[in-house]
Amino acid sequence: MEEVESFPTRRPAGLGRTLVAALVGLVYFFPVVWMILAAFKTRADALATPPKLFFTPTLEHFWASFHRLSADGARVLDTGLERNFANSIGISLTSVGLALILGAIAAYGFARLRLAGRDYYMFYILVLRMVPPITAIVPLYFLFRVTGLGGSYAAIVLVYTAFNLPFAIWMLKSFMDELHLPIEEAARLDGSSEMKILWRICLPQMRAGIAATAIIAFVFTWNDFLFSLLLTSVDTRTVPVAMTRVVGADVGVDWGVFAAIGTIYLLPVLLIAFFLQDQLTRGATFGTVPR
Amino acid sequence: MPADEVSTVRGGRGVSNEMAATSVNSSERGSASLARAGPFIAPALAALCAINALPFLWSIGVSFFHFRADRMNTPPRFLGLGNYLDLITDPDIWEHFTNTGVMIACSVSIQLVVGAGLAFLFHRRFPGRRWVLMLVLTPMLLSTVAVGTFFSLFYDPTFGIVSAFVRPFTGAAFAPLGTPFSATASLVAADAWMWSPFVMLLLLAGLEGVPAYLVEAAEVDRASNWRRFWTVIFPAIRGVLLLALLFRTIESFNMFDLIYTITNGGPGTSTESVSTEIYDTAFVLFESGRASALGNISVFVVIVLTRVYFRAIRLRKEAA
Repeated sequence: MEEVESFPTRRPAGLGRTLVAALVGLVYFFPVVWMILAAFKTRADALATPPKLFFTPTLEHFWASFHRLSADGARVLDTGLERNFANSIGISLTSVGLALILGAIAAYGFARLRLAGRDYYMFYILVLRMVPPITAIVPLYFLFRVTGLGGSYAAIVLVYTAFNLPFAIWMLKSFMDELHLPIEEAARLDGSSEMKILWRICLPQMRAGIAATAIIAFVFTWNDFLFSLLLTSVDTRTVPVAMTRVVGADVGVDWGVFAAIGTIYLLPVLLIAFFLQDQLTRGATFGTVPR
Repeated sequence: MPADEVSTVRGGRGVSNEMAATSVNSSERGSASLARAGPFIAPALAALCAINALPFLWSIGVSFFHFRADRMNTPPRFLGLGNYLDLITDPDIWEHFTNTGVMIACSVSIQLVVGAGLAFLFHRRFPGRRWVLMLVLTPMLLSTVAVGTFFSLFYDPTFGIVSAFVRPFTGAAFAPLGTPFSATASLVAADAWMWSPFVMLLLLAGLEGVPAYLVEAAEVDRASNWRRFWTVIFPAIRGVLLLALLFRTIESFNMFDLIYTITNGGPGTSTESVSTEIYDTAFVLFESGRASALGNISVFVVIVLTRVYFRAIRLRKEAA
């Protein structure tokens, strides 16, 4: 395909547009700033009327996210949030990794190999991604109870893998469709197996595509609430569900602690998104917009 | 002189002919001997079947019974289409579908307008664009629970920032979640804030596909901005616009987390959506049969929407 210079990359924006864009960006970001500020406010400052913009920052909520005092105030106990963070990280990485591996192999099958009814398969795979999660959870909840898998890591990892798979297959297939075929054909002629062509020739050429797929799938899994709420147990619970426990605490909502957890939880995705910003753009389109 | 050259040329030609012959040959042989896709797609299909398809079949089966997941020892009672008839004739369910419809219509149209505005602002390069873009992208990277819970603080009549802005004008505390209308508007605002950047991303991707030479040609012809937009830019982004519309519609249809954390369906049942209704039926009332039936109705709606979405993608591919 010939490289056609596209229109937005061509022109730099004028000063006026740049300033407006920066201003709009700041206004848009305001609710997030408010959350981050709340993490550093004392309880009195956080609930002051009118709301306070200037205050003396405190780190107590970050400490309180992970520790609490025992009833007599003598001992420092754990809130178990480390465990939730470890769960979020482990479950997200494992299920995204699995979805990428299974997805890449399947995408290769769809993109390169002989298959009757390809469009039919692709459509129903897409439907699986679009089905309301709550609808899928009702039977899964029951299934896991019957099989005794309920609340285990295996169950939740499997669920996230399956829910990321349709997206991974669609995305990776779209990237494979754009690769140049002659190299693969040469390798095939030399007697390489299809698996070898996939791993040695296809995938190394589409690192950006894999990154785009990974980041979108990761953000979905990282932030998911509903599956985790209904399909995890105390041991396997992820942070979004643990967050709501803070809200439900008997002393009323502890906004500072909630904001502190939210802020810590946002950091990793924010960093990934910053470094893979261009991939994020591509990923948002499900790979349906050719580059 | 030429003998040498001629021979090289000939030689060259010979080689290239040979190569052409091989490559034609190879591609023919290639397609004939191409492996079947079966073994490649089987692992993924197995995972999808185990987690998506089989449970779905189960829920179709269960939807014909009166069955409670919390009383597994009571045998399910066969109702035939009872659950479905019950749902279709239940005015509350229609209310939830209407609520969901109104929220989708409002939220998605706001997302499209705001997303288009943002894309218009951000499609040109400027210094620090990466950083400013991050400010706009952050909402969609936040967990919905964090967004929902924080917006419920913003909407708090006593401590909320919305009330603090309104109070000087009306002199009284303002409770955005107090009336059905304002509660719906509050939900829509949170959802639209979170997902407009997603529409922006789609449109930015679409704008990348507008060839510079067409824009330049339009400029040479002194076409007005308005005309340039409709003849050059709009045709290129029409596809992604449709994708954004359909994708956001389906996702908004599935909206649960924000409602759960901001209004919990209230006041009354005015912001209850189909998803929260399924949740309540399945996990508060434990009416698994009825919940499955409602779930299947919503799956049907989503399949229809996805069908349209799929068509749009195919049309886009053919146009490209």
